[in-house]
Amino acid sequence: MSAADILRLDRVSVSFDGFKALNELSLALAAGEMRAVIGPNGAGKTTMMDVITGKTKPDAGRVLFAAQVDLTRLDEPAIAGLGIGRKFQRPTVFEPLTVHDNLLLALGGDRSPRFALWARESAAERERIDELLHTTRLVAERGRRAAELSHGQKQWLEIGMLLAQDPKLLLIDEPVAGMSDAETAATADLLGEINRSRSVIVVEHDMAFVRSLGVTVTVLHEGAVLAEGSIEEIQADPRVVEVYLGR
Amino acid sequence: MIALGRVTIVTLGGVVAAALLLAGLNLLTPAANALHVPDFAIPLFGKYLCYAMLALAVDLVWGYAGILTLGHAAFFALGGYMMGMYLMREIGARGVYANPVLPDFMVFIGWNKLPWYWYGFDHFWFALLMVMLVPAALAGLFGWFAFRSRVSGVYLSIITQALTYALMLAFFRNDMGFGGNNGMTDFKDILGFALNRETTAVGLMLASAGALAAALALARAITASRFGKVLLAVREAEARTRFLGYRPESYKLAVWVVSAVIAAIGGALYVPQVGIINPSEFSPGNSIEAVIWVSVGGRGTLAGAILGAIIVNLGKTWLTSALPAVWLFAFGGLFIAVTLCLPGGLIGLFAGRRRGAEKARGTVSERQHGPAERAPRGVVG
Repeated sequence: MSAADILRLDRVSVSFDGFKALNELSLALAAGEMRAVIGPNGAGKTTMMDVITGKTKPDAGRVLFAAQVDLTRLDEPAIAGLGIGRKFQRPTVFEPLTVHDNLLLALGGDRSPRFALWARESAAERERIDELLHTTRLVAERGRRAAELSHGQKQWLEIGMLLAQDPKLLLIDEPVAGMSDAETAATADLLGEINRSRSVIVVEHDMAFVRSLGVTVTVLHEGAVLAEGSIEEIQADPRVVEVYLGR
Repeated sequence: MIALGRVTIVTLGGVVAAALLLAGLNLLTPAANALHVPDFAIPLFGKYLCYAMLALAVDLVWGYAGILTLGHAAFFALGGYMMGMYLMREIGARGVYANPVLPDFMVFIGWNKLPWYWYGFDHFWFALLMVMLVPAALAGLFGWFAFRSRVSGVYLSIITQALTYALMLAFFRNDMGFGGNNGMTDFKDILGFALNRETTAVGLMLASAGALAAALALARAITASRFGKVLLAVREAEARTRFLGYRPESYKLAVWVVSAVIAAIGGALYVPQVGIINPSEFSPGNSIEAVIWVSVGGRGTLAGAILGAIIVNLGKTWLTSALPAVWLFAFGGLFIAVTLCLPGGLIGLFAGRRRGAEKARGTVSERQHGPAERAPRGVVG
């Protein structure tokens, strides 16, 4: 584990009513790296995301961001402010607001009620939103309410909102669940583009999609790391085959 | 958005115009004239306007921040009590016991000294300040604890209900010094104007219309701002706003306090017009009624809250005198009917029609506004 790690989980444990969701999980992500995390249901993937983003406080262990900040002491807005964005499993966008306004609220900047009360949209904000609409292929949908978008478009809008935050690290939970093949391929491209300037952790079930990412894969099992390596190494690992791929 | 902005302006104009018209017809036409508005109608309409302020306050937190308050009449009643304290002290030595300082009810229960918390209420400006500060402080304290500990949904509704119920029980007690069960009444004048004079009644009704219009303009400015967009975001996906770096609790707290103050001002204007304030104003049913006015008019539209409050109360005034036994059933039936058949309320019906008509003329595309039946849930700004 080097000082260049953007994220380091150090023997993190979480239990819910005696059930150990994370069991001394240790994991390191280098700055600029994209990592795929896979594992059977209940392996602790979502709990890991919850711990990193401050939704769940671990019973033990540390989560170091950029080798300095212990995230376990902070709450969600503070962690988001450090530059960690999270995409939920189900697309979560603000349905009554327009695509434009969804992105506007996500843009970096002052989050205080007082600022929001007087805020006027600046030319710079407008320009940044134009860019994001391009990246997420939603230019034509700018004025539509998010509720009217297709499932895939909502996923992209949410990714666009994460990009608008300009995070250093992105956590993405099952980005292609429920997507068509074409949308899945486009999403893989989009993640590759995002990864050029940011670190990314992707949790995914879709093995074809994970292979198309071509990155290091971490397999979680019963709240700890079972194996780590390229997708080929992982698929050849008999322990992995037994708990996950073999079923 | 533009269409509903227009609805706000029309409502604002409508309220002020109706108030001016009633005032003119009352003061300027002889009693024999067919167009004459009888004296009793003036404070009655004034009362509706105060209720409309309560409804507006409820809609601001329920419609935009998703906080279903079942205790908002508590702030209305508190504002009313603050005004009542001023009106009691205005009576001075004209009370039954002719005590120049102590209100009658205090003399009656044997007190001989004015409690400290009654100091200053002989000044109108002080009372006015307290009308806003006391409910704001209570709302601030309540909201700070509730929203910080992330109490929401039905649990929050229940504790708002408990809040107003607790206040009702407290104000029922004689030793609280607020007149106990009987509350405060027999007011003589306000700012030197006799309350039994017709011009005073008209003045109070017009003041209520002005306050309502100002509150509507304020609420609309808030909901149309980026702050308002964050509120809708919190209503729809609170967790998402947190992961974007917002603190939903501070947004909720801010709008909650503003809403409490609007309700309190409504209550303060209500008391001199009905001539009494007592603990029954805190009763949980009152808060629930206010929620029903909002859903009848159309939640999350501001204008709808005002229409709902006025229309339902017109119906109540008429039904409780024509068929008193039927009122509660009619009211309950109305609530069920609106919930089942008209989820967007009366305003939703109007906005839906309007949009349909525009679409037929080809002026609005589906893409810009979306399906008409979704309109009431959307951004109303």
